[in-house]
Amino acid sequence: MTGTHADGVPARRVRAVEQLLEDAGVLSGTELDDFLDRLPATSSPANGARIVAKAWVDPEFRHRLLHDANGAISELGYSGGGPTVVLRAVENTDEIHNVVVCTLCSCYPLALLGPSPSWYKSEAYRSRVVRDPRGVLAEFGFDVSDDVTVNVWDANAETRYLVIPKRPPGTEHLGEQELAELVTRRGLIGTAPV
Amino acid sequence: MLEPFSVAQRVRARARDAVGHCRLPRYVRGHTGTIVADHGMCLVPDRVVGGNPGTPERVYAVRFDAQDLWGAEEHTVTIELWQSYLESL
Repeated sequence: MTGTHADGVPARRVRAVEQLLEDAGVLSGTELDDFLDRLPATSSPANGARIVAKAWVDPEFRHRLLHDANGAISELGYSGGGPTVVLRAVENTDEIHNVVVCTLCSCYPLALLGPSPSWYKSEAYRSRVVRDPRGVLAEFGFDVSDDVTVNVWDANAETRYLVIPKRPPGTEHLGEQELAELVTRRGLIGTAPV
Repeated sequence: MLEPFSVAQRVRARARDAVGHCRLPRYVRGHTGTIVADHGMCLVPDRVVGGNPGTPERVYAVRFDAQDLWGAEEHTVTIELWQSYLESL
């Protein structure tokens, strides 16, 4: 997926829905613009990266993150989303690689990963990653070793998944801040190693 | 109140075609998987969109083997499904 799709069918549908909401007095265009302006300030993959870096250096935090992700991220001042949203962290190991999708729409931990990339919302990614994850990851330039099991997570209800990538070798000397800078949004979704 | 499923239990995703909105994707319908986690109670989207949300149902993370879904590949797919989307074997 490339380009902005400003004239695509979904964009036109969104504009029609916005118009209906404004006409019905549910929200104003200004309110919507304010929300969208605030979004990059609070919602960023830097949040997910900070959580992962802390899990890499702090085994007790890692343990809490894997068993009660909402509780663990609240220690860092984050929340998983709305009141019903449960965050679940899934950890990559030498044996397991995790990758996240929402096949029916585009559910995703927005606050921790920032606005989702176009490819995450594309029908191609959503339909193919459950069928042939290794093939899709290879197209991202990420070849998963044959002896690693791939687990795909389809975020279909109120749980949002955060992938904890493997800490890259040779990073033992790096501090939490430097480690966080290595972690990418694709790594947090599972379509890149880090 | 439906009898809850337990973790490790084998379940089948119902094969029925939905009349309206539904979050039981076609790719798991009729296939057998394993409950791997209980994700608590949640309103059923099929009824929410109809304006009559009713009572929440238990949602489970259900793991399917790619072999069972596609007849090929070695990966797993874990998806959250509402209790009424599932039947015990």
